[in-house]
Amino acid sequence: MTARSVRSLSGLLKPLFSCHFSRVNGAAACNQRHKSTYTPPPARYGGRHTVTLIPGDGIGPELANHVRELFRFCCVPVDFEVVNVDSSMASEDDINDAIMAIRRNGVALKGNIETNHYLPPSYKSRNNLLRTSLDLYANVMHCQSLPGVRTRHRNIDIMIIRENTEGEYSSLEHENVPGVVECLKIITKTKSLRIADYAFRAARATGRRRVTAVHKANIMKLGDGLFLECCQEVASGYPEISFDSMIVDNTSMQLVSRPQQFDVMVMPNLYGNIVSNVCAGLVGGPGLVPGANYGEDYAVFETGTRNTGKSIANCNTANPTAMLLASCLLLDHLKLHAYASMIRRAVISTVTETRLHTADLGGQGSTSDVVQAVMNAVQSTGPQTLSM
Amino acid sequence: MAGKAWRSAILNLLRKWGVTLHREDKIKAQEVSWAVGALKKEPPQPRMFTSGIKTVTLIPGDGIGPEISSAVMKIFEAAKAPIQWEERNVTAIQGPGGKWMIPPDAKESMDRNKIGLKGPLKTPIAAGHPSMNLLLRKTFDLYANVRPCVSIEGYQTPYTDVNLVTIRENTEGEYSGIEHVIVDGVVQSIKLITEQASERIAEYAFEYARNNQRASVTAVHKANIMRMSDGLFLRKCREAAEKHKEVKFTEMYLDTVCLNMVQDPTQFDVLVMPNLYGDILSDLCAGLIGGLGVTPSGNIGANGVAIFESVHGTAPDIAGKDMANPTALLLSAVMMLRHMGLHGHAKKIESGCFDTIRDKRVLTKDLGGNSKCSEFTAEICQRVQDMD
Repeated sequence: MTARSVRSLSGLLKPLFSCHFSRVNGAAACNQRHKSTYTPPPARYGGRHTVTLIPGDGIGPELANHVRELFRFCCVPVDFEVVNVDSSMASEDDINDAIMAIRRNGVALKGNIETNHYLPPSYKSRNNLLRTSLDLYANVMHCQSLPGVRTRHRNIDIMIIRENTEGEYSSLEHENVPGVVECLKIITKTKSLRIADYAFRAARATGRRRVTAVHKANIMKLGDGLFLECCQEVASGYPEISFDSMIVDNTSMQLVSRPQQFDVMVMPNLYGNIVSNVCAGLVGGPGLVPGANYGEDYAVFETGTRNTGKSIANCNTANPTAMLLASCLLLDHLKLHAYASMIRRAVISTVTETRLHTADLGGQGSTSDVVQAVMNAVQSTGPQTLSM
Repeated sequence: MAGKAWRSAILNLLRKWGVTLHREDKIKAQEVSWAVGALKKEPPQPRMFTSGIKTVTLIPGDGIGPEISSAVMKIFEAAKAPIQWEERNVTAIQGPGGKWMIPPDAKESMDRNKIGLKGPLKTPIAAGHPSMNLLLRKTFDLYANVRPCVSIEGYQTPYTDVNLVTIRENTEGEYSGIEHVIVDGVVQSIKLITEQASERIAEYAFEYARNNQRASVTAVHKANIMRMSDGLFLRKCREAAEKHKEVKFTEMYLDTVCLNMVQDPTQFDVLVMPNLYGDILSDLCAGLIGGLGVTPSGNIGANGVAIFESVHGTAPDIAGKDMANPTALLLSAVMMLRHMGLHGHAKKIESGCFDTIRDKRVLTKDLGGNSKCSEFTAEICQRVQDMD
C-alpha cells in the first residue's frame, strides 16, 4: 500500500508544536535519535485524515458536534472516528477502546471525562489513564492575551510546558496503617530530561528567548532538585536561550502581579496544573485557551484547562473558542496549515466581537451564535465552503 | 516535637496542675502520648481578657525585624492596648543529644504566655540546622496556618474587594520531607495524609468560620487524581461540616479554584487545604492584595499556642535604615488581638493603619511613598490617639 510505505517525515516531526512549518530534514534528523521502534503510519487515505474524537462529559459532546459541523462546512479533509467513554462505568473497556483508536489513528480531539470521586480509589481517572498509556509526556498550553477580551492584565504571552505523565499524578497510593495514607510523587531523570529537552526545542522553534523552570526544590530537595538539575543540564546545550528558575509560590505571586515577565515555563505535573490554570484565568478564562498533549507517536488535543463544564452542559452557553482553537492545533499537527490559519483567523476575529461574547466573558451570546459567526467569517475570507 | 521537648512540656503542665510523677526521668513515651491525647481532646477555651494586662512573647527577628517590632510596640502603646511584651530571641542551639532546639527561655516564655508575635527570621544556609520556622513549628506543633487576605484600600492592585481566608494544614502533606532515591535517576517523595491531622485542621477551619462570622468553608483538593490521600482529607472535611451545619461547606478542585481566583476572587470565603496547595494558594492570595509586605499570618498550635508573624523576608539591604514597612507585622498583631478577643483595640489600630495608607500622604517606599518607617509609625500613632 502506498499510504503505508510512505514513511511520512511529518510523522517524525510530530512532537513539535509550531505554527511555522519547521525544516523537515533537520528536524527529522534530530528526531531520529529518539526513535528506536517502529513509527506507525499516518491514518491517511485518499488525502483524507482519520482522527479519533472522544466527546467526553459535560459540554464535551456539544462542542465536539460544533467542531464537526465547522469542519464539514469548511470542507476540511478530516473524518472523525467517534469513541464514547462512559465515565460512570467501573470497567476500563471504554477507555481501552479509546486508547486503541488513538493508537490506530495517531491523533485525537478530546473532551474531558469526569472522574466521580465518590467511587472507590481503584477507579482511576480516565484522562490520566489515557495520558500515561499513550505516553503523552508534554502538555503545551499557549496563553495569549486576546484583543477584545477585557482582563486585568494585558500583553500576556506565556507558553507553559508541563510534564504530563509522572510527578504527583502517578496514582500510587497506599494505606499502610488505617488513617495514614501515603501518596508517592515520582520524579525520574529520563522523563525530566525529556520534558526539558522538549521545552528548549519548542522555545528555539518558536523563537523564544527565556525558559523558566518552576519547582519547589527548597522543600523537596531530592525530587524537584533532580528536575532542576535536568533542566540545567539541557539548558547548557542551548546557549542562545536564557534559563532561570523560580519557586512555585513566588511564581504564583508574580503571575498575579506581573505576568508579562514570563516567556516559556517548564515544570512537573502538579505545579503545571496550578500555573496553567492561573494563566488561563489571567487571559480570560477556561473558554479561550486550547491545550495539546504530545507524545513520541501520538498527539491529543483538548481545551487547556480540562474542565467538564457540568453546570453549563446542554445550555448552549459554553464558549466554543477553546475547542475550536484546539481543532486548529490539530490541523496544524496534520500539516493542513491553510485550513488551520483560515479557521484560527475566523475564531480570533469572532472573539474580538464583544456582542458575541458568551457568559464566561461577561456577555450573553450563545454557543451556536459564535459558531455561526465563525462560519460567516470563514465564508467571507476563505476559499470554497459548503453552501449554508 | 522532639521527645525531650514533649516531655518537658508535659511535665511543666502537669506540675502546674499540681500533679507530680514518680521517676520523672523515666517517663515512657506511652505515658506522654496519653497525656498528649488528653490535652488534645480539650476544647479550646475562649480567653477572657476583659481586664488585666496580657503578656505576649515578642520575637523581633533579624534584619528589619527589630525596627518593625518597635514600630508595632509604639502603635500599641498609643492605642493603649492591654498588652505587655516579653522579648525573646530565637537562635537554634544544640541541646543534649545533639538535637537542635530553640533556647529554653524562649520556649518557656511561649508556653507560659501562649500567644506570640514574631518578626522575620533569617534562613540559615549551611548552618547545619533546619530553618527556625521549621523548628518553631515542630516545637509548638503549629498545625494551622491562617492567612486572611483583605484588599487594602489605597494600595492599588488589579484586584479589588478581595476578602478571603486561607487555612493551610502545616505539619504533613507534601512537606513531610520524606524522600528517597530508589535507583539512580528515580526519586520518590512521599506525601503523607493522616486522619488525625486532617480532622484537626477541618475542625479548626469550621471553628474559625464560626468565630469570625464567615459564611462558607471550601475544601480545596485534587481527589480526582490523588484518590486516597485527598479523598481522606475530603472525608474528614465532610464530617466536620456535618457537625457545623450553620456554616456552608463546598468542595472544589485545586485547578478550578486557581482559575476562578484570578478571575473573580470575591466568590471565595474560607479555604481549607493540605500543605502544598495551601502554600501556593496562600501566596497567590497574598499576591492578589499586594504581596507579602502587607499580608498578616497566624499559626495556631496545639495546647492553645498561637504565633502570629509577618511572612516577608528579613530584607537585609534596608535593615537599620528606617525604610521598612511595618504593615505586615502590624496586621498580624491586629489578628492576634482579635484572637485574644480584644476586638475594640484591634479595630482601632487596623483603621488607623488603613486610613494612613488610604490617605497616601505618609507611605513607606514599597507602598509607593517617600517616608521613613518612623514617620509612618508616628502617623498611625497620631490617628489612633485621635480616635479616642
